[in-house]
Amino acid sequence: MNTFKFSIVSLKRDWSSGELKLIATSVLIAITCLTSVSFFTDRVKRATELQATELLAADLVLSAPNPIPVELIEDAIDRNLTHSLNESFRSVVVVDDQLEMSEVKAVDERYPIRGKLRISDALFGDEYETELIPASTEAWIDSRLAQALQIQPGDQLSLGASQFTFTKVLNYEPDRGGDLFNIAPRLLINRSDLKKTQLILPGSRVRYRLLLGGNSADIETYRNSIKDDTRVSIQSIKQARPEIRTALERAEQFLGLAALVSIALAGLAIAMTSHRYAVRHYDNCAILRCLGLQQRQITQIYTYQLILLALIAGLLGCFIGFIAQEILNKLMVGLLQEGLPPPSILPLIIGLLASLITVLAFALPQILRLSRVTPLRVLRRDLLPLPLNNYLVYGIAILALIILSPWQSGDSKLTFLTLAGLFITALVLAICARSLILFLKHMQPKLQSAARYGLSNVTRRAQQSTTQVVGVGIGVTVMLLLTLVRTDLLANWQDRLPANTPNYFLINIQPEQVSQVSRYLQDTINANGKLYPMIRGRLTAINQQSVSADDYANERAKRLATREFNLSYIEDMQADNQLIAGNWWPDDRNQAYFSIEQGIAETLGINIGDTLTYIIGDREISGEVINLRWVEWDSFNVNFFVVSNPEALTDYPGTFISSFYMPSSERSKLIELVKQFPSITVFDVDAILNQVRAIMQQVVRTVEFVFIFTILTGIMVLFAALQSTHDERMHESALMRALGANQTQIVFGLTTEFVLLGLVTGIISALAASVIEIALAHYVFKVEMIVNPLIWLIGPLACCLITTSTGLYGTRHLLRTSPMHVLRKTV
Amino acid sequence: MNIVQAEGLVKQVKSPEGTLTILNNITMSVKRGESLAIVGVSGSGKSTLLGLLAGLDTPSSGKVILNDIDLSTLDEDGRARIRSESVGFVFQSFHLLPGLTALENTSLPLELAEISDATQKAQQQLDQVGLSDRIHHYPNQLSGGEQQRVAIARAFCANPAILFADEPTGNLDQKTAGKIIELLFNLNNKNDTTLILVTHDHNLAKLCDRQIEIAGGEIVQSS
Repeated sequence: MNTFKFSIVSLKRDWSSGELKLIATSVLIAITCLTSVSFFTDRVKRATELQATELLAADLVLSAPNPIPVELIEDAIDRNLTHSLNESFRSVVVVDDQLEMSEVKAVDERYPIRGKLRISDALFGDEYETELIPASTEAWIDSRLAQALQIQPGDQLSLGASQFTFTKVLNYEPDRGGDLFNIAPRLLINRSDLKKTQLILPGSRVRYRLLLGGNSADIETYRNSIKDDTRVSIQSIKQARPEIRTALERAEQFLGLAALVSIALAGLAIAMTSHRYAVRHYDNCAILRCLGLQQRQITQIYTYQLILLALIAGLLGCFIGFIAQEILNKLMVGLLQEGLPPPSILPLIIGLLASLITVLAFALPQILRLSRVTPLRVLRRDLLPLPLNNYLVYGIAILALIILSPWQSGDSKLTFLTLAGLFITALVLAICARSLILFLKHMQPKLQSAARYGLSNVTRRAQQSTTQVVGVGIGVTVMLLLTLVRTDLLANWQDRLPANTPNYFLINIQPEQVSQVSRYLQDTINANGKLYPMIRGRLTAINQQSVSADDYANERAKRLATREFNLSYIEDMQADNQLIAGNWWPDDRNQAYFSIEQGIAETLGINIGDTLTYIIGDREISGEVINLRWVEWDSFNVNFFVVSNPEALTDYPGTFISSFYMPSSERSKLIELVKQFPSITVFDVDAILNQVRAIMQQVVRTVEFVFIFTILTGIMVLFAALQSTHDERMHESALMRALGANQTQIVFGLTTEFVLLGLVTGIISALAASVIEIALAHYVFKVEMIVNPLIWLIGPLACCLITTSTGLYGTRHLLRTSPMHVLRKTV
Repeated sequence: MNIVQAEGLVKQVKSPEGTLTILNNITMSVKRGESLAIVGVSGSGKSTLLGLLAGLDTPSSGKVILNDIDLSTLDEDGRARIRSESVGFVFQSFHLLPGLTALENTSLPLELAEISDATQKAQQQLDQVGLSDRIHHYPNQLSGGEQQRVAIARAFCANPAILFADEPTGNLDQKTAGKIIELLFNLNNKNDTTLILVTHDHNLAKLCDRQIEIAGGEIVQSS
């Protein structure tokens, strides 16, 4: 027979049975969640590849040590791309007899293509956005340069052969990027004035940049056309600020977690539903076997059915996912380039494959039992197919999740913790449920008849009740995690940039000024006044092997290997650092020890035990790497990639740095500070801070949106769990009614059963959610976490409400239909 | 010429009290075109014998030769093929697929055997059992008698050589049962099918060419 044709016909016929709808809905929601996240992250990644964010002030930036070839500019114009040219170079600015090194940037009127400049009329004055650039003979300079030169707006300055009037304080330029403390202060002029300065001569070290903007398709085509041109390099997003990268990485972690949990929950719902589907098809299979269908054909029919179901639900999920990711895109507006590049086909393929894997892995083991139905069941209905090996069933499910997880979370630790958490939760739920059921059994004789009936339903069906508790429990645990815990985690994350996050940095504090500055900070600004030493050194060797940019393929590594590091020394590790590997300083302090930030260690290939050699001034220092640290860069506290034990670097020349919070209304105090300590430079990071805060808010909104899908799959699990004993409950209640029980007694009995199930599940789920919350907070998100006490109230209460209302809703027909009808149907 | 032959059939099952013998050393045969009634009280083992003869189950020892094929040499799929090719069934509880209409239920064995014009042949068969106006009804829309007619139509549709019937009137009232029996025997004669029928109804058994009575898992009387 044509089993494929038969399976299509059966799929249509079985659709009304309900189980297939539940399987399809679970798949649909999970795939919608997965594909919306995949589509979205794919587009963001592609946008990132195009360097198309505000952080570059353009959609694409080409840079070169020589003027950008004219044909490249003309090509961009031909492709309808907006373009802007700028030159940047280091030069000395002169005011009277004072000289200061600055990073000059000459821009045209189209700069910046993305983002806006922010300026103020006076040093530490109110800042505002502007569409303008400096007019001819005007110069905008940052507060650091203004402080160093001790000039006010209106004052004159010399740059090369030209005179400029300092008109505005430049607070923010979108493509500033990089390490703030390693770049000379900024001076921005109009490009039309560049020639007059006579600073650009043959052999001058100038960076020429072409900024381009346009629709993503044109940008991508252009990018492809020039990618092999060796005369220019495409600027990389890796130079973007690390605190924004951290925020985006966290967003991806949250989204990946939501998608992964959604798949796992859908899997659970599918496994429970397909079990019921299989049980309800035992008779059909027995008849089919009796009529001559072979085991292989039964397997084929149901496998085809599942594949068809997975493909249809998967395709629909992909379609809805595509729409949903547009909403995600809208939620991230501003953070990402307007009009992300169109999504690739990859998420669609991933969605369909994930749908197939999920359905087949979770449903097939149950459906395979159908082929084991003996035809003799037509004569003896008590004959059940042999159960499948549990190891096989769980093994396939776990394998499927392992296959699916790298697509989603991108973080193996997070994946492991989540899956292990779910597995342990299931195990704990099962053990607790069994113990509680045993306890309830002892209570049974003490209750009145209807309640006893309800209780007996729970205790008699111990196996099914346990399965229900595990199913509903996992659903509720995840929902608790995603509602209460998510709020806690996200709030906690946002709280890490509280109102008093440091918004000013002081650098160039001389050693002899330390006590005075510290006192000033404590007394006048009300800050803690902690100062950190900052010593500039260049890494020259790792394990006595000299370091050169050529040793590294990666752009960032090349840059890091050749630039000067800010080294520091501290006695105790800072609160916003975490030891990843190794130990803090040993008791024996006779030699130099280094503690390295894990990211930079990875980039430069540094491991614990390696010996690093730095040149500081004209002196050399070597020390052993004793530990690796994780640094919370977005805390805005002073932090260093490399720190040593105090004994190692105390004698080396250096300055001090501090950070503090001060409300913008008190900015005038800064002017006083600068007057009192003229050599100190103040950095205002309020603008960056606000940008990071805005990003966090957007990320939170995005994550909340994706969690809706995960919660929906959680609800599917609840439905599946409650449906699993529906038929049996229907039959028993009908029998009770036939034996004379009235409606009130039946409802009371059922309510007792559902409330008990809900209570048991709620208590265990609250416990599980609390433990997982602490583990996630500590190991993954690295935030301090206090368990929300509400979990203990809302967990059991919500569970009781959900199980009772869904359970009673599911059995409502029972009370309206004649017991005879139910009994005849369920014979 | 024998179409069904059982030699030394034994069926034992394990129970908490030890091994239980349901059928003990059954040897019997049925000729082509013959009708045989297997009678006995509840629990005598008659349905188990039917299951073994039809290849729905395997004996603990002994063998069944069905249409010249030794079923003990076949695996489950091989026996399924034999059922598909030469066996029809009518059961006490009808065993229609609830999701299929009367017509679809009837045409199912033909579809399984990949016979062309399945729908047309099924329709003709339903005409013969008097259900031409109910072909698109689902089992739950039909009375017990009508459901059993559909089951009979399904059984005869693929033109089986042997028809096994397990208490075909057990779930029906007397009047309906009479009509069903009449229909069953008419079709049996018309199609020259071998009929093996399990019943505890001696009146029904008398309609068959031959009867064997089972008690305690053994043939106690054969006529």
